[in-house]
Amino acid sequence: MVTEHTAKAFDADLQDLARLVAEMGGMAEKQIGDAVDALNTHDITLAARTIALDDKIDLLQREIEEKAILTIARRQPMAVDLREIVGALRVANDLERIGDLAKNIAKRVSALDDDVQLAKVLRGVEHMSELVLSQIKDVLDSYARRDVDKALAVWRGDEEIDAVNNSLFRELLTYMMEDPRNISLCIHLLFCAKNIERMGDHATNIAETVYYIVEGRPLADERPKGDNTASATVAFPA
Amino acid sequence: MTMIENSGPVTPPPIIGRAAPANAGNVALAEKVSVRGLNFYYGDNRALKNVNVPLYAGLVTAFIGPSGCGKSTLLRVLNRIYDLYPHQRAEGQVLLDNQDVLSTGQDLNLLRARVGMVFQKPTPFPMSIYENIAFGIRLYERLPKSDIDGRVESALRRAALWDEVKDKLSANGLSLSGGQQQRLCIARTVAVKPEVILLDEPCSALDPIATAKIEELIDELKSDYTIAIVTHNMQQAARVSDYTAFMFLGELVEFGPTTKIFTTPSERRTQDYITGRFG
Repeated sequence: MVTEHTAKAFDADLQDLARLVAEMGGMAEKQIGDAVDALNTHDITLAARTIALDDKIDLLQREIEEKAILTIARRQPMAVDLREIVGALRVANDLERIGDLAKNIAKRVSALDDDVQLAKVLRGVEHMSELVLSQIKDVLDSYARRDVDKALAVWRGDEEIDAVNNSLFRELLTYMMEDPRNISLCIHLLFCAKNIERMGDHATNIAETVYYIVEGRPLADERPKGDNTASATVAFPA
Repeated sequence: MTMIENSGPVTPPPIIGRAAPANAGNVALAEKVSVRGLNFYYGDNRALKNVNVPLYAGLVTAFIGPSGCGKSTLLRVLNRIYDLYPHQRAEGQVLLDNQDVLSTGQDLNLLRARVGMVFQKPTPFPMSIYENIAFGIRLYERLPKSDIDGRVESALRRAALWDEVKDKLSANGLSLSGGQQQRLCIARTVAVKPEVILLDEPCSALDPIATAKIEELIDELKSDYTIAIVTHNMQQAARVSDYTAFMFLGELVEFGPTTKIFTTPSERRTQDYITGRFG
């Protein structure tokens, strides 16, 4: 917004909220990166640090919630201001969930053996996490700049993540069929992939929130959906 | 005193009622009052500039805008209260049920019975609570005492004041609290069975509880009357009205369903005003 409020403190309140959300976004990004790194390098210490970071994200979410409620009570925001505050609450919720999903990936690190086979399968998970990280970075950018076009690009980009998830799902199914000793590892990696796929969905949520803040109406189109792992099967090799 | 045939209880508007606002905009709304090309002058000073706005039957229309934007002036035109003052004149049309109230042939007493007004400061007459209401009724109708008693009671009930004053109807109206006085004024307005009620900042001198009672009352009354309210309290406008008009410097900037005006106004000036970014 170009113009300022007559009550300058109101502007400060809104800026504070946006700043807290940005801070939370930064933490979530770091948490995802660290969780996947810990998975790749089988770094138990890094995994433990990643798990610990989640508490900070949760705290930040609570702080955003309190600040938003206080601002609503104090300023009775209208129109774009109200959307801004509701938007901050929603984005903070999505980021908190993203943090939980990253924590879940980090928790699985200790359950995986330092297996030689691991490297090959992990590449797919890593690729997926790169895609999601760039989506999250872009959507946080679009939030900071109130950039609807960028938000829409993120919104449409989720299908690619779903596609990678589908192929990874099949790949892991195949490994499990080849050798039952792979099952434990592959199941954990399946969950990791699913977690990353869910993060992508939260990025899509945030994109929708950015659209709502700027345009004042919900994104009307049907959300792009490409996750068909629910019905995926792989035939047992003859 | 000539007896004026009052139209009696207003027939409820066909489509709109208390349930209507949710789909307001989708149904054909009946215009009780239509302001068309209205200009208003205080001497040489043009206070309203080509204002066009409807008041829909059975709905509440709120007028918001900074001080001096012309919203009270507009209200004062609707029942020609301005006629009491010299050097004030209106041009254009104000149609009440398709009859131009600005025409010279308009009977002003009848007009003010049909279009009642409540002011910012409670203005009870310095007489008993009972007489405050009976006075207006007697002005327009000749009724036996028992009928007047009934009308006084129903007006006070309508204004949610009956339970508080029924044991002291002979007490002076000025002995009531501010909020009660304002409800007494609303009862007085309702008693003559108007069709349109104009409220000019009715709550600005009241505490939050009295304000809540008036707002509840507005909600209650709108099923039978067409209401226009001028308010500086944006939240109040958002709470009580179905349609909102934003005025600025004598012009009508934006008019639309209240839900839209307060969530996604189309005009930049409206947004700046309702979000507190003005001046």
